[in-house]
Amino acid sequence: MRTPPSDGARRLGRTTTRRAAEAVVRAIIHVCGWLAIVILAAIAIFLAWNSVRAFGEAGLGTMLSGTAWYPTSDPGKFGMLPLILGSLFVTGVALAVSVPVGVAAAVFISEFSGPGVKDVMKSIIEFMAAVPSVVYGLIGVAVVIPLVKDVFALNSGMTALTGGIVLGVMSLPTVISISEDALHAVPFDLRQGSAALGNTRWQTTFKVTVPAAGSGIFAAVMLGLGRAIGETMAVLMLTGNAAVMPTTVLESVRTMTGTIAAEMGEVVQGGLHYSVLFAVGLVLFAITFTINLAADLVLERQRKRWRR
Amino acid sequence: MSGMSRTRRARRSEAVARAVTGLAAVSVVSVALFVLAYIVYHGIGAIDWTFLTDVPRDRGREGGILPVIVGTLWVVATTAGLTLPIGILAGIYLSEYAPRTFTTRAIRLAITNMAGVPSIVYGLFGLAAFVLLAGFGRSIIASALTLTCMTLPVVITATEEALRQIPQDLRQASLALGATRLRTIYKVVLPAAAPGIITGSILGLARAAGETAPILFTGAVFQMRKLPDGLSSRFMSLPYHIYAQVTSVPGWSPTLVWGTALVLVAGVSVVSVVAALWRSAQRRRVKW
Repeated sequence: MRTPPSDGARRLGRTTTRRAAEAVVRAIIHVCGWLAIVILAAIAIFLAWNSVRAFGEAGLGTMLSGTAWYPTSDPGKFGMLPLILGSLFVTGVALAVSVPVGVAAAVFISEFSGPGVKDVMKSIIEFMAAVPSVVYGLIGVAVVIPLVKDVFALNSGMTALTGGIVLGVMSLPTVISISEDALHAVPFDLRQGSAALGNTRWQTTFKVTVPAAGSGIFAAVMLGLGRAIGETMAVLMLTGNAAVMPTTVLESVRTMTGTIAAEMGEVVQGGLHYSVLFAVGLVLFAITFTINLAADLVLERQRKRWRR
Repeated sequence: MSGMSRTRRARRSEAVARAVTGLAAVSVVSVALFVLAYIVYHGIGAIDWTFLTDVPRDRGREGGILPVIVGTLWVVATTAGLTLPIGILAGIYLSEYAPRTFTTRAIRLAITNMAGVPSIVYGLFGLAAFVLLAGFGRSIIASALTLTCMTLPVVITATEEALRQIPQDLRQASLALGATRLRTIYKVVLPAAAPGIITGSILGLARAAGETAPILFTGAVFQMRKLPDGLSSRFMSLPYHIYAQVTSVPGWSPTLVWGTALVLVAGVSVVSVVAALWRSAQRRRVKW
């Protein structure tokens, strides 16, 4: 190695350069850290901005309370109630499937199974969560639509029930894994204390563990609900997409997500219908945002409670 | 007398509870296995060399899915190139720099909330922000940016969790040797946390590969004669291809569509399983 002419000066130079480089990298790290807030705010702003025309011309109150969705008639009718009810019907069925099965399965995994069974169950749930929604939709088309049609002797198997069943299966991984986490977080002392008082495994689970994990399980249900209400592709392929006010789950319904997906491809950009679809997106965003926020606050409180 | 019947009742409810919850678990497993078996059984017949290397013919009723596979790889690779640097840096911020304040709590809240935003809403955002306002048009880059927004929470959370598991001693030892904070992160903390970060990111990207709703209006097309030739090109994609065949091609070929689904599910789950196995192997190797 050749000795540099002025060692001191060069050292100083290198340190200064390195300091400057570090400052730049640190700045980039800070920007990336804040990006999540920026993106979330940008989503809200873009949705709101593109909905302005819909609010002005169709009116938020009229849209939210209108029962007729005829976007292509002249003048178009943009009553969102059939879509909101459609989403609620499908989501209701989905929760009726995923909550009892999911919570019971989580209790089994957490309280009644050994480590080997637990690992197998966890990888299976991981697989279920990794299957794309369009593939669940395809399986629904091949299996659940004919099944619903035959069992209820309908003309068409494309109903809210069909979409809800598939959606329930799709939200199982969310409900199971978050419920299981909540049960797992309950301190072991509590179970031992209960066992020492002479309670059986199930009495402990039912009277001590599940109540202690209650808020976490509630959050799991909320997040499953959020996932079901926001799911698009499977319901689009399975519910038949008739935008009328539903009365039973054995009718065809059109959800908010399905409406956006089906109609956005055919609208004039910047037109009223386009803007109304963004307004539907904004309503959807507001609903899921509220649900997620509530679930997150509940989970945070639970975390604080068991923290030592 | 009464005590004995109470014991018996407790035993019976114990057995019933185990049976009921066990039944729920078994039914979840059977549904998962049914899904897997159904896809493999119906799709395996389509998989041959022609299917993987030919272009779709007769609107997808015949031929293969080469441009569909290539298009998916383009979008996922672009998404990875965007998500990984941003997500890892954001994870570093949260684990190493963020003060324990209200704003940090707000960032965490934003991240968990981003993970819950419906995919179709990301599609609307991508259309408004990247396709129209940024002027990218319907393209690979617009779709990849949209998917990046969706995948970021997964990568950020994975990075933060992996970094938090690295013991504080390691950082302090490096700092004691005179390394700066940034150098400590780069040379000591990140390499130690790499398995967790990589696995989490791969799981997130595998999910992105299967998403349809975000690419619906941002660049996916039904048919393309040639392969994508750049980031501004439109693209075909496995999940969109399945959806488009089922909903807009009368007389769609079940064999080819199930074959496409098998390629998608196999790709996504093989990558996820390998990543998960690799992580647990690494974990066993390193003990803190």
